[in-house]
Amino acid sequence: MTTVSSRPIERGAPRVQSIGPVAWSRKHLFNSWFNSILTIVLGLTLGAALFNLLSWAFIQANWSVVADNFGNFMSGLYPPESYWRIWSVLGIIMGLSGLTWGLLARNQPQLFSRNVLIGLGAIALFFILWPLTRPHTPYLIGVLVLLAVAAAAGQAIGRKAPGSTKWILAAWLVSYFVDLYLLGGGPFFGRGTLSPSLFYSIIVMLGGGIVAGWQLSQRISIPQIPTWISKIVLFLVGFIVVYQVLWRLPYALGLDVGLKNVSTNSWGGLTLTLLLAISGIALCFPAGVLLALGRRSKLPIVQAFSVAYIELIRGVPLISILFMGQVLIPLFLPEGVRPDRVVRAIIGLTIFSAAYLAENVRAGLQAVPLGQSEAAQSLGLNKPLTTALIVLPQALKTAIPAIVGQFISLFQDTTLLGIVGLVELLGISQNLLASPTYLGDYKEGYVFIAAIYWVFCYAMSYGSRRIESALNTDLR
Amino acid sequence: MPQSEMQVPISSNNFVDAEAVIVAKDVQKWYDNGFHVLKGVSMNVYKGEVVVIMGPSGSGKSTFIRTFNALEPYQEGSIEIDGVRIANDLKDIEAVRREVGMVFQQFNLFPHLTVLQNVTLAPIWVRRWPKAKAEEIAMRLLDRVGIAEQAYKFPGQMSGGQQQRVAIARSLAMQPKVMLFDEPTSALDPEMVREVLDVMRNLAKDGMTMVCVTHEVGFAKEVADRVVLMDGGVLVEENTPEEFFNNPREERSQAFLSQIL
Ligand SMILES: Nc1ncnc2c1ncn2[C@@H]1O[C@H](COP(=O)(O)OP(=O)(O)O)[C@@H](O)[C@H]1O
Ligand SMILES: [Mg+2]
Repeated sequence: MTTVSSRPIERGAPRVQSIGPVAWSRKHLFNSWFNSILTIVLGLTLGAALFNLLSWAFIQANWSVVADNFGNFMSGLYPPESYWRIWSVLGIIMGLSGLTWGLLARNQPQLFSRNVLIGLGAIALFFILWPLTRPHTPYLIGVLVLLAVAAAAGQAIGRKAPGSTKWILAAWLVSYFVDLYLLGGGPFFGRGTLSPSLFYSIIVMLGGGIVAGWQLSQRISIPQIPTWISKIVLFLVGFIVVYQVLWRLPYALGLDVGLKNVSTNSWGGLTLTLLLAISGIALCFPAGVLLALGRRSKLPIVQAFSVAYIELIRGVPLISILFMGQVLIPLFLPEGVRPDRVVRAIIGLTIFSAAYLAENVRAGLQAVPLGQSEAAQSLGLNKPLTTALIVLPQALKTAIPAIVGQFISLFQDTTLLGIVGLVELLGISQNLLASPTYLGDYKEGYVFIAAIYWVFCYAMSYGSRRIESALNTDLR
Repeated sequence: MPQSEMQVPISSNNFVDAEAVIVAKDVQKWYDNGFHVLKGVSMNVYKGEVVVIMGPSGSGKSTFIRTFNALEPYQEGSIEIDGVRIANDLKDIEAVRREVGMVFQQFNLFPHLTVLQNVTLAPIWVRRWPKAKAEEIAMRLLDRVGIAEQAYKFPGQMSGGQQQRVAIARSLAMQPKVMLFDEPTSALDPEMVREVLDVMRNLAKDGMTMVCVTHEVGFAKEVADRVVLMDGGVLVEENTPEEFFNNPREERSQAFLSQIL
């Protein structure tokens, strides 16, 4: 193939030349006397700042506040003899992450790209070399190994049974409740207490009761009364009997087992921050999508509600919503029903973020050309299918950067919960730094938690860019 | 794709006895801003017939054919598709849309789905066919429009002509009774017009009932059973292609033809 070039002299020369660092800097940094001065001044300033920072970090700084309280930073007042439960939660999360990664990469030739491998290696090296994590190094390395092994297993499973991909979401959902139970503990076969035994009460007791009632009403019928009445009666009988048996049986058998109860008052540190952020993100996403769809709905009531909600919440600062969550929610509920303060905090974060997320999703919805839904409708798809299969996927794809930005804000906003008495990462730092032992160690404490926040936020925005490019179907 | 032979145009009279797929009577439509876009348009389309609608830009051609699958509501008159009246309060509007395929000027393929998924989406979700059956039929259709080997590409990776052929296959997958084409070649680079027209020509040869808004005179002369000129929201002239292009009855038709020929 011949190329006709308008500038024949350049023909054959590669467009991008690889040039040495000296030539590169001459071209970009020292190409005029003004730029040269600018480069030198900025270079000296940055160099001095970096030098000061490093000499502070390695010579002057007194990291004992972090070293002595590493457990506090990570998990607040959580009883150290139960730390294994937090490790288990971390293990579950990393194992599932690995599985998910492997399943998603099932068609990829290699499981981890070189960059990811280098990143994992760097993290492992960091854990080994960094003195602060030393007592926990074996566990941390173990968790990383678990991630890698689970990823390999996930890829193998995904290749054998591609259908297993759809179970991973259910696994994450179930794992959330398992994690909550691991953190909170309490008698497993609980009598109506909320969080710890939620799993058993809802899934096993209700589920067993409903299945039993249904089976009974299908199998037999009571003669001489109308079938529908007999069905209802039999269902209720079956339900009540089985529910009661499942409720009392564990006690009758002396099965009063369960993890030691750890009240949410002792939850704290990074663990609490992550719990708040993950719960808030998982709840505000569907809520925000529904509100965005509601705002575009043709039903006046739905639309009015969505608009009112979004505009009301966006006009109120988060901190006031969090205070209201702590003070007002109990007022609206009957005596005795008092949602846990962690639950109230999650509700507050969700209420707030959902409104902003709805606006991000709405912008995405508006960016989908009208022709898309017209084409879908002309094929006979009804409105819900058109929204679910055609419009929403494209809208969410364009809205990914904004949505992840909102998630990052939510993550950072968990710091405000220190003000309403939850000792998350920032709250812990403030408590520690207020004690006379660490007088004057502010810098060390805050630099440490800032680094933690940065790592998580950067990971989220990196992930969002990866997802974006993976979903880009144009001109690949 | 095999080049189709020159077809002997059939006079519209051949179809009067056939059953009418579309019966539009005195259709009137106003846009929300009060613009009177359709001023009493009547037209029948019979089974197996190919009708070409021509007319200056802004004359209401798109609006008119979009009333056939209820993408545009109309206020007065009546439209029946295969015996079902399209009314604004029609409960099962999707049932009508299933029977009417539509191909748009801008293709409107779903960019987040592969070519194959574009074609199987509606059969799977609307006709409730099993995936295997839908994919088998989709591959046959893609083969028919000459893109079978690109089934796993995304629309954004294809040329305009290829995208428009996928769009035709996507509509055909629902096995519609009638196909509507709204200027299917207007957004294409000239070298791609022919591949799309070839597909449409073969479709007509296979007996598909078609309503095409197009300014492709060659296509109209060769394939159309009837040519209709629309101007200012009314049908100005309805004629056989040879009469319409050689000695049009109406002055407005002559003026229009002098502009495009
Ligand atoms: N949504 C709308 N609201 C008001 N006027 C419209 C709308 N859509 C189209 N029109 C007007 O209706 C007329 C007919 O449009 P259209 O059916 O697209 O014409 P054609 O397809 O023949 O070019 C044009 O004058 C156009 O400006
Ligand atoms: Mg038009």
